[in-house]
Amino acid sequence: MVNYIVRRLMGMVPVLIGITLITFFVIHLSPGKPTRLQAEMSPKISLEAREKLDRLYGLDKPVHVQYWEWVKRLSAMDLGKSFVDERPVSEKIGERIPITIAINVLSLIMIFLVAVPIGITSAVREGSEYDRISTVFVFIGFAMPTFWLALLLMSLFGVNLGWLPVSGIKSIDFEDYNLVEKIFDLIRHLALPVFVSAFAGLAGISRYMRASMLEILNKDFVRTARAKGLPEKQVIYKHALRNALLPIVTIIGLSVPGLIGGSVIFESIYAIPGMGKLFYDSVMARDYPVIMGVLFIGAVLTLIGNLIADVMYAYADPRIRMSGR
Amino acid sequence: MRKLNKLTIFGLVVVAVMASAALFAPFIVRQDPGAIDLQNGLMPPSASHIMGTDSLGRDLFSRMVFGARISLSVGFVAVGISLIAGVIFGSIAGYYGGWVDSVISRFIDIMLCFPAFFLILATIAVLGPSIWNIMIIIGLTSWMGVARLIRAEILSLKEREFVEAARAVGASDFRIITRHLIPNGMGPVLVSATLGVAGAILTESGLSFLGLGVQPPVPSWGNILTEAKSTLGIAWWITVFPGLAILITVLGYNLLGEGLREHFNPHRKQ
Repeated sequence: MVNYIVRRLMGMVPVLIGITLITFFVIHLSPGKPTRLQAEMSPKISLEAREKLDRLYGLDKPVHVQYWEWVKRLSAMDLGKSFVDERPVSEKIGERIPITIAINVLSLIMIFLVAVPIGITSAVREGSEYDRISTVFVFIGFAMPTFWLALLLMSLFGVNLGWLPVSGIKSIDFEDYNLVEKIFDLIRHLALPVFVSAFAGLAGISRYMRASMLEILNKDFVRTARAKGLPEKQVIYKHALRNALLPIVTIIGLSVPGLIGGSVIFESIYAIPGMGKLFYDSVMARDYPVIMGVLFIGAVLTLIGNLIADVMYAYADPRIRMSGR
Repeated sequence: MRKLNKLTIFGLVVVAVMASAALFAPFIVRQDPGAIDLQNGLMPPSASHIMGTDSLGRDLFSRMVFGARISLSVGFVAVGISLIAGVIFGSIAGYYGGWVDSVISRFIDIMLCFPAFFLILATIAVLGPSIWNIMIIIGLTSWMGVARLIRAEILSLKEREFVEAARAVGASDFRIITRHLIPNGMGPVLVSATLGVAGAILTESGLSFLGLGVQPPVPSWGNILTEAKSTLGIAWWITVFPGLAILITVLGYNLLGEGLREHFNPHRKQ
C-alpha cells in the first residue's frame, strides 16, 4: 500500500510542474503587463513609479526568469501580495479555503447518500416506472443551469416563504448564540448552497451508479450467489453493491474540479465568503496575484482529490495496489 | 427502446425549434430587442409583450429570441474549436504513440486538473470579456475529452488491415490519418460534440450571468438573468423564461446526443 502511494506521489510531480506552467502562461497571455492595470486605476502614477512597480513584481525581467522566480517563491508557499489590499495572497486564500472545502465535502456526502440509493434502485428495477422517473430527473439535473436553480430556490425559500436566509454563512448575532443555535444557524445558511452545489453531481453519479450496478448484476458471481439460494437482498447489497461501488469512488474523485469550479457561481450568488467568491471578486478587480494563486490552488486541490480517490480505490481493490499498473 | 426514440425525437425538435428561432430572429420578433421604453418597465406578460418587459422596458420575448442567436452561436463555435483541437491532438497522440503520445496525454491530464470554470475566468480576467474571447476560451478548455476519444479510436484502428493496405500503396501519414482513421472514428466524436454544445451553452450562460461573458446591451440568456437577481419576488418572468430556455435547449442537445450514442453503439442489445 505504502509502495502504491509513493509511486502515485512520484507521478504527481510532472503534473504539478505542468500546472505551474499553465497557470503562469494564462496570466502572461495579457497583451500588456499586469501592473499596467494597477497603474491605470490611479492615473496620477508617473512613468517612473510604473517602472518601479514593474521591478517590484519582477516584470522587467525575461519571461523564463520571471517563471523561475515565481516557482521558487511558490515552493516557499509565497504567492505574492494582492494588488487590491496588499495582503499576502496565501493568507487571503487560507482564510477562504476551509469554507469552500467544507461546502464541497458536505455536498459530496449528500451526493453519495442520495445518488447511490437512487442508482441501485433504478438498476434493480430496470425499466420500471421508478427507473423511468429517475431517468427523467437525471436528464433534467444534467441540463439545469446551477445559477438558475440557485436563483429559483433563493426566490422560493428566501423571498416568498421566508424560511431560509439568502446570503452569508451566519447571522449577524451569531456570536451570542449557544452551541445548538449556532449549529442550527449554520445549517440554515448552508442548506441552499450545499443543495445547489450537489445537484448536478446527483444526476451524474446516480447515472453512473445505475450503469455500474447493471453491469455487475449480469456477472457470473451474482448468478452463482442467486443459484446457491441466497436471499435477493443479500445478493444485491452484499455481493453486487461492493463491486459496483468501486468505479463510483473514482468518478467522485473526478467530479472534484467541477465542484470547485462551481463554487464561483453559488458562492457569488449566496454571498458566501469562500474561495469561489474570492476568485470572482479578484477577476472583477483584475487582481492578478490572487487570480494566479486561486487558479494554482484549485488545480492542486483537484490533484489531491484524485489522489484520495485513487488511494481509496487501491485500498478497496487489491488488484490495483498489487499490480504495477 | 421505443421510449428512448421518443426522447431523441423530443431532443431533435427542441434543437430544430431553437435553431430556427436563432436563424430567423428578425422575422419572428415584432419589437426591437434594444428599444428602451422606461414608461413600461417591468410589465408582466401581456398581449403586446408576451413575455413581459425588463426594467428598461425592453420586450423580453425579442431579447430571448435574439439571445438564442448569441447562445447558440457561442455553443457551436466553441465546440467547433474544441473539435479541431481535440482531433488534432488526439490523432497525433494515437497514431504516433511513443513519447509524442506520452507528452500529449500528460498535457491532457494537466489541463483536466484545472477546474474548467477557474481556467476560463482567469483567462477572461486577462483578455477581457467579449463574445469572441468567450467562444475561443470555452473551446480551448474543453477539447480534452474529444482528444482522448479520438486517441482511443485510432489506437484500436491503426493496426487493422485497411490501414496497412493504405500504407502498402504508399499513402502518407497525413493521408492515412485524415482519410482513413478520423472518418472511422467520427461516431463517438459526433456524440461528444452534441453533448459539448449543451455544455458550452451552460458555461456561456453562467459566465454571462456573472457579467463576464456576453456584454450588455447584446442580449444572451445568461445576461438577461443577471437582472433577475435584483427583481426576485417582483418580476417572476425575468427569472423564469430565460432559465427555462437554457434548461430546455441543453436538455434537447443532451437527449439528441444520447440518441446518437445509442445509434452508434454496436454492443447495445435491442
